[in-house]
Amino acid sequence: MKKIFKLEDLDCANCAAKMENAISKIEGVESANVSFMTQKMTIYADDEKFDKIMKQAVKICKKIEPDCKIIL
Amino acid sequence: MSVKQKKMLIRIIISFVLLIATVLIPIENKYLQLIAALIPFIIIGYDILLKSARNILHGQIFDENFLMSIATIGSFVLGYSSGSGEYEEGIAVMLFYQVGEFFQNYAVGSSRKSIASLMDIRPDFANIEKNGEIISVDPDDVAIGSITVIKPGERIPLDGIIESGSSSIDTSALTGESMPKDAAVGDSVISGCINLNGLLKVRTTKEYGESTVSKILDLVENSSSKKSKAENFITKFAKYYTPCVVFAALALALIPSFITGNWTEWINRSLIFLVISCPCALVISVPLSFFGGIGGASKSGILVKGGNYLEILSKAETVVFDKTGTLTKGVFKVTAVHPEKISESQLLEYAAIAESFSNHPIAQSIREKYGADTDNSLIQNYEEIAGRGIKCTINDKLICIGNDKLMNDINADWHQCHHIGTSVHIAIDNIYAGHIIISDEIKPDSQQTIKSLKKNGIKKTVMLTGDSERIGKNIAEKLNIDEAYCGLLPGDKVDIVEKLLNETSEKGKLLFVGDGINDAPVISRADIGIAMGAGSDAAIEAADIVLMDDKPSKISDAINISKRTLKIVYQNIIFALAVKIVILILGSLGFANMWAAVFADVGVSVIAILNAMRCMKINNKN
Repeated sequence: MKKIFKLEDLDCANCAAKMENAISKIEGVESANVSFMTQKMTIYADDEKFDKIMKQAVKICKKIEPDCKIIL
Repeated sequence: MSVKQKKMLIRIIISFVLLIATVLIPIENKYLQLIAALIPFIIIGYDILLKSARNILHGQIFDENFLMSIATIGSFVLGYSSGSGEYEEGIAVMLFYQVGEFFQNYAVGSSRKSIASLMDIRPDFANIEKNGEIISVDPDDVAIGSITVIKPGERIPLDGIIESGSSSIDTSALTGESMPKDAAVGDSVISGCINLNGLLKVRTTKEYGESTVSKILDLVENSSSKKSKAENFITKFAKYYTPCVVFAALALALIPSFITGNWTEWINRSLIFLVISCPCALVISVPLSFFGGIGGASKSGILVKGGNYLEILSKAETVVFDKTGTLTKGVFKVTAVHPEKISESQLLEYAAIAESFSNHPIAQSIREKYGADTDNSLIQNYEEIAGRGIKCTINDKLICIGNDKLMNDINADWHQCHHIGTSVHIAIDNIYAGHIIISDEIKPDSQQTIKSLKKNGIKKTVMLTGDSERIGKNIAEKLNIDEAYCGLLPGDKVDIVEKLLNETSEKGKLLFVGDGINDAPVISRADIGIAMGAGSDAAIEAADIVLMDDKPSKISDAINISKRTLKIVYQNIIFALAVKIVILILGSLGFANMWAAVFADVGVSVIAILNAMRCMKINNKN
């Protein structure tokens, strides 16, 4: 299924690209898209694994752009 | 300006004043000099330094903050170790960088805002009548079949059909059309439009999530996930660019220094490389341009589903049109009634009664011309003959109404009409009684569209139609279309499009424009499928580009927008890369200083963003 998340304080376009890349590689994620312009992240993934995936996504976000927050 | 931006502005001003002070007030002591220089440096750069420390702990070395920190700290170290006490450059570079970031931030923020305002068509509430009272609720909570009350000046929250009232409706937010549309009881209205003057009660036909407005918003917001080749190139480029430049900087710092022994000079030159190593200008401006182009297009009623489609559109070479509903109005009208041996009104009456069970557009147009209600109880022995017409008995007379084949079957002595259009022949008791000519009108802007497409470099225009050769060729000639294929069945259209696809040059692309209802296979086969006319879900789903109103002139507008967007994208890519490469070369040769490097980084970003924002402005000259 598809879920859309808001991103707060996403200030760096390069980081958005890096995040997109890293989140796409999480196990169970079919595809991920981080839009710098709309400050939104779209993730397609299995329903059951979603919580686990989001935990990892938050970690990745913290690592790449510590100021940016995923609004869950 | 946000709180964050205000804070930044204050920091910029304070450190700028302190920087000037350190230059003007001479300090003799070496240590005091360093401390005096560190104060403005830390004020302006503390967040960058903190971030870079944090990012190293996270293993992110090729990060902008880290590189800026090394570059400026490096310049401090050089100033101290050489004993010159020149720290201004380090402070100034950090200051200049932050000013650039500040502008960049501001520009991104305002372009985000203006894109958001382009899409400001979301209805905030819906008025629902409940127990005689009108209450406002979230459009999401309105069920299908509810009655919504829309006051003058309010936005229509959900798609529906007018139950009572009449009004003018401003559809400009969706279609770009400035002329309001009149709507009365029985008309269907789409969400996102504004009710201008009358009070309307609308019975909703869709849930909010399925309504036109949410479909459009969804489509535009998701358009950034379909990336163009240019965007993919930039993402790939960014991945390799930073490490390459950083390693080049390392090499520049070490190799010549070992050979010449002049460490200060070469480390200084390598620091310039570090400052230029962020590909920000490209990473921000290219997607921003596409997003702006898509946003601007949607403002004029052209919905583009992704940057990739905008890119393909700009390379259009062949445009294939479906005739009915695209170049012509698709509304059939009786243009001539030619009776033989009976009166005109009698012929029309027989035709209207005989056709009263049919929903075919031709039947509808005959009934419309007849005007009065038809008494279908008069019909007996009704029989529809596929591909021929209708046979029935009215007032004990055998009526045959249909095409020439039907007339041949019953041996009626029919003849061709000199009018161009679809002929409906009628025979009474197998004796020819005359014909009715029905034709479709060409849209007022069709001719202009073909002309401006040619002017904008479209090499070939093609028209496909299921109509007869005679009608099709006539319209193609009037509109100056290069090729016309007539008498096609839906399957034939796909074959012809495939043939045309083979004929286009390697880089040239083929567009297909249809009304989206039964063209779905062709729309998906073409390089770009354009569907006309909103409201049809099939159209929105199947096509790559959706035109919200049914004006063919929007096709040339869309091509213009795509060309403009791509031009701006390439301008930015070339400009940003050229400046960076030039400064890298000059820097390695010792002709460019740190200032130039910061300009090549943030200065170029700001310019590229400002350039990209031009994509949003659409001038409708055509």
